[in-house]
Amino acid sequence: MGTDIDNRPDPETLLARIEAEAERAQRGKLKIFFGACPGVGKTYAMLNAAQTLRGQGAEVLVGLVETHGRSETARLLDGLEVLPPKLVAYQDRQLHEFDLDAALARKPALILVDELAHSNVAGSRHPKRWQDVEELLAAGINVYTTVNVQHLESLNDIVGGITGIQVRETLPDRVFDQADEVALVDLPPDELLQRMKEGKVYLPHQAERAIQNFFRKGNLIALRELALRRTADRVDAQMREYRNDQSIRGVWQAKERLLVCVGPGAGGDRLVRAAARLAANLHADWITAYVETPRLQRLSEENRDKILKTLALARELGAETATLSGQEDAPTLLAYAVSRNVSKLVVGKSLRTGLSRMLRAPLSDRLSSLATDVDVYVVAHEEEAMPTGKASPMPLDMELEPTAKLRSHGYFWAAGVCALTTVLAKLVLPWSDLANLIMFYLVGVVWIAARHGRGPATLGSVLSVLAFDFFFVPPRMSFSVSDTRYLLTFFIMLAVALTISTLASNLRYQARIALYRERRTRALNELGRELASALMAEQIVDTAIVHLESLFQARAYILLPDTQDKLLVPPMASDRKTLPLDSAIGQWVYDHQQPAGMGTQSLAGAPMHYLPLKAPMRTRGVLAMLPSQKRLLFLPEQARLLETLASQIALALERVHYVEIARDAIVRMESERLRNGLLSALSHDLRTPLTVLAGLADSLPLAGPPLPPAQAEIAQAIRAESLRTSLLVSNLLDMARLQEGQVRLKREWQPLEEVVGTALQTLSGVLARHEIHVDLPADLPLLEFDSVLMERVFCNLLENAAKYTPVGSRIEIGARNEGDWITITVADNGPGLPPGKEKALFEKFTRGHDESSVAGVGLGLAIVHAIVEAHKGTVSAENRPEGGARFVITLPAGEPPSVPMED
Amino acid sequence: MESSRTTVVVIEDEPQIRRFVRTALENEGCHVTEAGTGERGLVEAGTRKPDLVILDLGLPDRDGVEVVRDLRGWSAVPILILSARVDETDKVAALDAGADDYLTKPFGVAELLARVRALLRRTRMAGHEEPLIRFGEIEVDLARRLVSRDGVEIHLTPIEYRLLSVLIANAGRVLTHRQLLREVWGPGHAEDTHYLRVYMTGLRRKLERNPTQPQYIRTESGVGYRLVLDP
Repeated sequence: MGTDIDNRPDPETLLARIEAEAERAQRGKLKIFFGACPGVGKTYAMLNAAQTLRGQGAEVLVGLVETHGRSETARLLDGLEVLPPKLVAYQDRQLHEFDLDAALARKPALILVDELAHSNVAGSRHPKRWQDVEELLAAGINVYTTVNVQHLESLNDIVGGITGIQVRETLPDRVFDQADEVALVDLPPDELLQRMKEGKVYLPHQAERAIQNFFRKGNLIALRELALRRTADRVDAQMREYRNDQSIRGVWQAKERLLVCVGPGAGGDRLVRAAARLAANLHADWITAYVETPRLQRLSEENRDKILKTLALARELGAETATLSGQEDAPTLLAYAVSRNVSKLVVGKSLRTGLSRMLRAPLSDRLSSLATDVDVYVVAHEEEAMPTGKASPMPLDMELEPTAKLRSHGYFWAAGVCALTTVLAKLVLPWSDLANLIMFYLVGVVWIAARHGRGPATLGSVLSVLAFDFFFVPPRMSFSVSDTRYLLTFFIMLAVALTISTLASNLRYQARIALYRERRTRALNELGRELASALMAEQIVDTAIVHLESLFQARAYILLPDTQDKLLVPPMASDRKTLPLDSAIGQWVYDHQQPAGMGTQSLAGAPMHYLPLKAPMRTRGVLAMLPSQKRLLFLPEQARLLETLASQIALALERVHYVEIARDAIVRMESERLRNGLLSALSHDLRTPLTVLAGLADSLPLAGPPLPPAQAEIAQAIRAESLRTSLLVSNLLDMARLQEGQVRLKREWQPLEEVVGTALQTLSGVLARHEIHVDLPADLPLLEFDSVLMERVFCNLLENAAKYTPVGSRIEIGARNEGDWITITVADNGPGLPPGKEKALFEKFTRGHDESSVAGVGLGLAIVHAIVEAHKGTVSAENRPEGGARFVITLPAGEPPSVPMED
Repeated sequence: MESSRTTVVVIEDEPQIRRFVRTALENEGCHVTEAGTGERGLVEAGTRKPDLVILDLGLPDRDGVEVVRDLRGWSAVPILILSARVDETDKVAALDAGADDYLTKPFGVAELLARVRALLRRTRMAGHEEPLIRFGEIEVDLARRLVSRDGVEIHLTPIEYRLLSVLIANAGRVLTHRQLLREVWGPGHAEDTHYLRVYMTGLRRKLERNPTQPQYIRTESGVGYRLVLDP
């Protein structure tokens, strides 16, 4: 029993896969021609495959192919349509780039784009070509492309290690892993070298030596092995996925989760890449975390940016990133690891030796001593550079951070406090011991530390020791010390002062963090409260902009879509005209639901940061931000805050949207109810007196003494007129109902014959003096219509025909089965329709304009038109060549239900 | 109706309509009792033991369909519905509830009297059905289950015959689609109106001289069918 349940795939995993497959079905297919190094013939193989497909009639477009002057490759381009490259001016040169917009507009079935890892010229929409390809795939275009093994992000440093050449153009592994097909183009190293000797492989002149180093046989063998292994890994992964599909796996393991700790060291990128490989091998999720401790708080801006870059790389490689803050890195990391169910911790190896190692154990050691149920992996660092550069504390929040001026004030204060303490000590000296004076100095240091932080406190400590020595320790007024015991006093005094100042400044840091968190929470709460009370989208936009601008010290703008999903740029207030807002980027962000502009992967050159406002049902708009300082927006903490705010705004917009829909619906329902009430009241109130009129006129001859013939005739006229008026009222009310779409069709499958029969029966009086000819094929299929309304159609058409043709005319009713449509005709051999008015007959009345000079007629045809349209059919009028009018109705045939037959 | 003892209860809220209905019926020799509300009408129908009830569906105090149901609870008296509404569903509901026929307002005296006569005749004929029914050239021998035209036998399928016999048993009355489907195909097919329509077309082609303009098997649009023996 138990095993059966365990064998079953997790429904959420299955669902995710079904969703992924559905998405994949929409997307174009990506095929990668994968090789170990340049020259193995990837482009050749790609073109060959394209030619084969073209031979089979596929629509192939060459987006961009580098033949590198190889004639045999160039020959393969024959007969293929080539997209003209886009010329981009870069510095003083003209560069050929792939023209993404032209390719999207052309939308071929298959496009060839060489060199997937290529970096686009600055100013292109995406910095990398693989992002162009992603957009092609998203548009449903199949793509063939080529990749060399050294361009794969996770293998980048391994290849660098083997060949000694650092490749800058890299491709995220997920692009490679998510490709629908990977064809390995393999060439043994000897053959490749032979081809090189024959000059068949391209070598750029400027880097000839480097390239020649690259093409050493040893390198080629290693690269080939890497390529083969990477392909094999992919196949392995596919096999595993297949096994998942088939539920062959015996046990469904809990998924592993890795936590990588990065610091400011130079090896961060290497550590992250190693972790990415490890995570891939373990099929684990991974998190990259950076712990901000008071110690790291004092890092330089340069080092801080480096950490941000490392975190960005980790995100690129598929990690989740987090910035944690705490007093000490090891316990903070472990607490986070436990909260996130992490099974393995990955840290870099420390290269510290000797004293520094003894003073402060490396992170890996501290972690291992604290962690009991988490494995700690130590990855070799290339180097561990200690934080360098000028310190500049991170501005958690501008107002909280003392400015440079305030800080230099701190140092003055430190000097001043020392001087004051010295004066005080001098005053109390006659009544006190030297040891007590030390306490005075310590009080001073504590005050400085508490007020001005660690730097001034350190200065204060040193100054205090010096002043104590100079003014009080014999020999006085000299820095020399006669009694060596005082040296110990100095040392302890300095140590105590430094410890106190460190503790005090840490406390300040904690307080600052707490304050920052509190401010953030308060900002979220305030925004949430104000958004909750907003009733209109404009209010939301105004509230959000005010909050965002003060929180991020940025200019903010929110673009909302209209009903056609086009973003509106409303007229800006004069102070906003200067915003470098690009509505085209906004539209792109809205359509693709991806952030763009500054600090993102798309159009990174744009001056503003664009963020989609994603709500559960759909994207509700685009938020554009122009930060005064880039860091205030892109620090992980700040970025997450911005995301949270964006989704809050989106939710509020969605709520308002649905409030509007609900309000509209209520108004519509209300007016519908009113109209229906009015119509049925009218119908009742008009018909009742007409019934009375007709009935009373009818019963007049019965009531008293028999009427003289003249009066009997009058009674009959009253009766006829009231019946006619009643018919007119019915027509008017029906028309009103039909035009308002108030009529609910009671559609049933039935033979046409029957409804024609009822119409003829109803009009038997009117048609008595006409010759009626009905010709319906016996095998006409059942049609789906509302019998009462369709009877009206025939009645109105027949009545029309009877009215406008002389007595004795012939009226023909016919029908023809035309596959998807059934054509029904009502024709007569009368004088026909006024020429040129055939269409106007219907048009005029559907618009509800004035009726024709003959009362009732126009309304009748208008009703015919409305009813037939409600049945998704068409009606037209024409003159028959042989004379007379013909009305043609077409109705959709549909799929009639079967009726079990006997016999 | 020649008998002066024929009693009709007219339940209708509009006095002028009551008035001309009364005039017309009294002229035919009926005794007419009027009621302005559904409650009053039920009381009259209970005390007068009428031969016919004429009932307006749009009453101020009660839903006409409910009145039909109430009446049918204790009486088999023929009920003729008057309806000002265009909506066929109300008529169908009233007929399904047990009403015998309907008239849509406005209607003429001649139409009214024709319906009244037909209903009263049905009541009188009840109990002594003829085994041999004739309409036009068609002769139906209910005892031998034979149908013939001018003495030539017409072959009907079992369903067609069942359909015809239900129509004959209710000749002159409107039968709703639902009633016919339930009688002929069983309660499971009460919504399959297309069955009924296809078989009815078949039956007409066999019995009617001109199936597109039937004389005997009449269609009541959106409501059902009626067999008219003497058109």
